Amino acid sequence: MAPQFGGLSGAPVVRVESLVRRFGPRTILHGLSLDIEKGEFVALLGRSGSGKSTLLRALADLDDKVSGSGRLETPDKKSVVFQDARLLPWKRVLENVVLGLGLPDAAQRGRVALEEVGLRGRENAWPVELSGGEQQRVALARSLVRDPELLLADEPFGALDALTRLRMHDLLRQLCARHQPAVLLVTHDVDEAVTLADRVLVLDKGAIAADIVIDVPRPRDHGDRRFGEIRSELLRHLGVETKPVLAV
Amino acid sequence: MNAFSHTATVTLPIPYASDERGLLAPAVQPRKTGTRRRLALGRAIPFGALIGPALLLVIWSLGSVAGLIDPRTLPAPWSVVGTAIDLIAEGKLQDHLMTSAWRAAQGLVFGVLIGTVLALISGLSRLGEAIIDGPVQIKRAIPTLALIPLLMLWFGIGEGMKVTAIAMAVLIPIYIQTHSSLRGIDSRYVELAQTLRMGYGEFIREVILPGALPGFFLGLRLAVTYAWLSLVVVEQVNATSGIGYMIDLARNYGQTDIVIVGLAVYALLGLGCDGIVRFFQERSLSWRRSLAD
Repeated sequence: MAPQFGGLSGAPVVRVESLVRRFGPRTILHGLSLDIEKGEFVALLGRSGSGKSTLLRALADLDDKVSGSGRLETPDKKSVVFQDARLLPWKRVLENVVLGLGLPDAAQRGRVALEEVGLRGRENAWPVELSGGEQQRVALARSLVRDPELLLADEPFGALDALTRLRMHDLLRQLCARHQPAVLLVTHDVDEAVTLADRVLVLDKGAIAADIVIDVPRPRDHGDRRFGEIRSELLRHLGVETKPVLAV
Repeated sequence: MNAFSHTATVTLPIPYASDERGLLAPAVQPRKTGTRRRLALGRAIPFGALIGPALLLVIWSLGSVAGLIDPRTLPAPWSVVGTAIDLIAEGKLQDHLMTSAWRAAQGLVFGVLIGTVLALISGLSRLGEAIIDGPVQIKRAIPTLALIPLLMLWFGIGEGMKVTAIAMAVLIPIYIQTHSSLRGIDSRYVELAQTLRMGYGEFIREVILPGALPGFFLGLRLAVTYAWLSLVVVEQVNATSGIGYMIDLARNYGQTDIVIVGLAVYALLGLGCDGIVRFFQERSLSWRRSLAD
């Protein structure tokens, strides 16, 4: 059981100090430290096996069977968006959104959240009747209806097609601007990270290899020179050498 | 137009035409898909399930008319129907049917209740599993029909023995299917419930029980079949009423037509009950409907 110290409401919403996580003989996180400010959008990049998901699961309190040590402070109000929408197939859309909410006005809040993600009128649909993108929007609504101070997203758009993914980027930005949660977005997509985040971290072998503040003005254009520079730098940290592309 | 598309038009062996935007478009239209042979089965035949039985009935009728089937082996369909009408007019068939249906219903209700409760205890706790699962698996290994002599020693030859035997047969499929679907709940949903901070009661109610419902219904459909199967046996071992008794008595007197009527009643009861269970299954599992379509 990993020791955890929660509940302190200091300036940073998330405070991680010397976090170690082990699976058997393998150490996944080597004394990782990380602060996330209130309302800050942090993207976490890393190759497979770099420990991205382990860190996210530690923050989400989903690693109670993992051994380790370190300090971990996270807010009580947090929610997780998984790579799969993870809707209960036997619950209608609205019931999925308010699942476990336990508030007297839960249904009303759920309707508002569904409207925010553009799914007004689909409250009584079954999850199987929705497209992949719509399902993931329901999952977003399910997270936001809880007014999280911390939103943890584990490659939430990884299973979507490219066009849907772009639309989901816009939606996520809007929702974050309105609700102001701190966000930790785990992704393997460098462009996604640079488009969305205020700060991008690169995780390598269980430690933070790069911590880059994205100073590209919004709305961000992939063709922007600074965007390209940051992308190349991140790719270098990820062990991918990029050759300069000739402008056409 | 750039150099690449020029070289392409020259070297491609198939006739290609470039349109006004300079893009390459195939000049030959692809073959129509409708002419291709389909590998799938094609559309279902309406009322297809009835064709086989109807064909058998026709063969049976023709054989009886032509004298190819000895009436002592298999009476003609119309004489079976006549016998059924006589039995109903005398009130015998209804009496036997009610007795049989009541036995099956009692056994089914007790068996389903006990099987479900055992499955919940054993599916939701490690200790429960340790205590319950072993005995149920042992019971499963012993055919229920082999237990009848023991049940007769314990409960005599009355209704208690018959209902117990049916219930013991019924609880096995209910237990097995419900237990395995309780344990088979996707661990991703457990994680979800954890991140949504659901309480234990809510987790059971909202996630575990609805998730186990498909398994329960599968068990129920098997259970209904098991109930009729056991009924046939217990009614023929020793009984003074019921469809099985009617058949057994008719056998003693060589009344093949009554035997056939009894068998037809069993068939109709079995099909009817399966239909009822399927009706409730489809209503309770309507969230799966679009998957099956």
